[in-house]
Amino acid sequence: MARTLLLSLSCGAASAQPAPAPVQVPDTLAQRLQPCMTCHGREGRASRLGYLPRIAGKPAGYLYNQLLNFRDGRRANATMADLLAHQTDAYLAEMAGHFAALDLPYPPPTPDDTPAALLARGEALVRRGDASRRLPACAACHGEQLTGRQPAVPGLLGLPRDYLIGQLGAWQTNGRRAHAPDCMAQVAQQLTAADVGAVTAWLVRQPVPVPAHAAAPSREPLPLECGRQVAPPEPAAAR
Amino acid sequence: MSRRQLALAVLAALALLLAAVVAVLNLQDSTDTTPAAPVTADSIARGAYLARAGNCAGCHSDRGGAAYAGGRGIATPFGTVYAGNLTPDASGLGAWTVVDFRRALRHGRGRDGRLLVPAFPYTHFTQVSRDDADALFAYLRSVPPVPQTNRPHALRFPYNTQAALAVWRALYFRPGAAPAQPGRSAEWHRGAYLVNGLGHCSACHGGRNGLGASAALDAGRGGAPLPLQAWYAPSLADPQEAGLQHWPMADAVALLKTGQAPQGIAQGPMAEVVAQSTQHLTEDDLRAMVSYLQALPERGDGAAHTPLPPRPAATMALGAALYKQHCADCHGAQGQGAPGIYPALAGNRLVTMARTSNLLLAVTRGGFAPGTAAHPRPYGMPPFDLGHDELAALLTWLRASWGHDAPPVSEVDALLAR
Repeated sequence: MARTLLLSLSCGAASAQPAPAPVQVPDTLAQRLQPCMTCHGREGRASRLGYLPRIAGKPAGYLYNQLLNFRDGRRANATMADLLAHQTDAYLAEMAGHFAALDLPYPPPTPDDTPAALLARGEALVRRGDASRRLPACAACHGEQLTGRQPAVPGLLGLPRDYLIGQLGAWQTNGRRAHAPDCMAQVAQQLTAADVGAVTAWLVRQPVPVPAHAAAPSREPLPLECGRQVAPPEPAAAR
Repeated sequence: MSRRQLALAVLAALALLLAAVVAVLNLQDSTDTTPAAPVTADSIARGAYLARAGNCAGCHSDRGGAAYAGGRGIATPFGTVYAGNLTPDASGLGAWTVVDFRRALRHGRGRDGRLLVPAFPYTHFTQVSRDDADALFAYLRSVPPVPQTNRPHALRFPYNTQAALAVWRALYFRPGAAPAQPGRSAEWHRGAYLVNGLGHCSACHGGRNGLGASAALDAGRGGAPLPLQAWYAPSLADPQEAGLQHWPMADAVALLKTGQAPQGIAQGPMAEVVAQSTQHLTEDDLRAMVSYLQALPERGDGAAHTPLPPRPAATMALGAALYKQHCADCHGAQGQGAPGIYPALAGNRLVTMARTSNLLLAVTRGGFAPGTAAHPRPYGMPPFDLGHDELAALLTWLRASWGHDAPPVSEVDALLAR
């Protein structure tokens, strides 16, 4: 009884007060995409540490295709799949465009005592590949500067080593896929554990050039045939 | 005849009788050979609309796969069921006739005469009219054929046997349309037809018994955890949960049409229902569905309102501080939210419902409102990685603020939500 009375009193008090004004929310993509920042850092620039990749400044076509891959089950990550499950292609394209357009400085690599021999092996694989194993150089697709290539090849610099190892491992075990023929899976599946260790050790020691824009689309055919990349819908359709 | 022989004979007779009952009940599916009306552009379009109303694609398309080509695994307590290919390829419904399709949809029997598993809600679809069944079939004949062989179900014994399905069917399946209710409007009847037929709302909201049979929405309170998921499908009979009895019609229609209403947003599995199904329905049909749902008899959870456990001052202080730090910027200091952007938390049933699993999932998983024609670029909430003590304090505080008086959330509840 006492509680009923209290409840009705408090309800009466609440209704006597004017309703609080709605929260004012900026009508921007940055505000809409707040869920992304928890993991990918302020403005989408996660640090070099930990696992989570920076997304700021990656090519829009690459980001768009990864969003599709997460939503449609070609990349496995429960958080990403849950977040994107009921969003349209047009909205995913807008998300990709938003993060691709960010041009933010990268932190410098932190010095460590990685053995020089390991770094030399890593650099050789990244720059020249291994012709005897018909292994193309990373730079052949990801750009001489390794900052990626338009429209859909990502840069390899400024990422955490755990993330790089995680992705190569996922390609080796079909945990990460792209549309067939999945060229990156073919490359990753030729890499030994030692190769992965060397390549990633060297990549994370590199400073990111300024500016870090992705290279123009290649005029030459890429060393391997890659599956189709889905072009984002026209911006007019995205609204 | 000894006593023992007599007992055996009685037992045998009983077993025979039971088998006969099961057999007779399983003969009740008709083979409806009435000729179908000619297929027209209109009937195909109506079939497409009905497929949305039933969210056929929700189960019959794999993630990232071709629409209606099947292959998606649906985990059940009895094993995994794989949805079939509904496209007109030979590996799908290519060889099916409209008579085969009517029988499968409305009587749960495949073209080969075998019983279908009740994860396919033919117990609901038996209410679908012949005209609508035919339109659905016409539409499915019109989608691009996709060669994809059906994957056999991975059900445990005895659920993988036709005998078990026959017994289940004898127990829980009654074919045919629901009888008309005198005194109810045409709108109510249309709503009942959509909600209980193609919509199969009670498959989640009605609750299921130990053998997986779902209860009718008007048969009880309903509300049940989704099988093998952390989400809870709230009761549509209980105004404290998802009951719409006291909502303005326009708000309830808005929730189904746009995914958002002043009282809250569709999340989790309901976000899928809105995105794939209800947002595509006409206002008239949504109004009819809401009319029916609003007329459901109100049923509370019947829980005795014992005095609530205490809310320690330290817990409440921690909860208030966490709300200010993490939540108030978007949901407002008074839980007032921003209409169409961030839901109000004051008076939100997600916050105050007895079952806290959905609330815990909302906070720990975050998410976007479903992308709909009305809200194509929804705002989102980040997943919050709080300690279980913090989570319990925040939610206990939320459930006691702004006139709320819901029981505290324990650290154990918060821990189990992970």
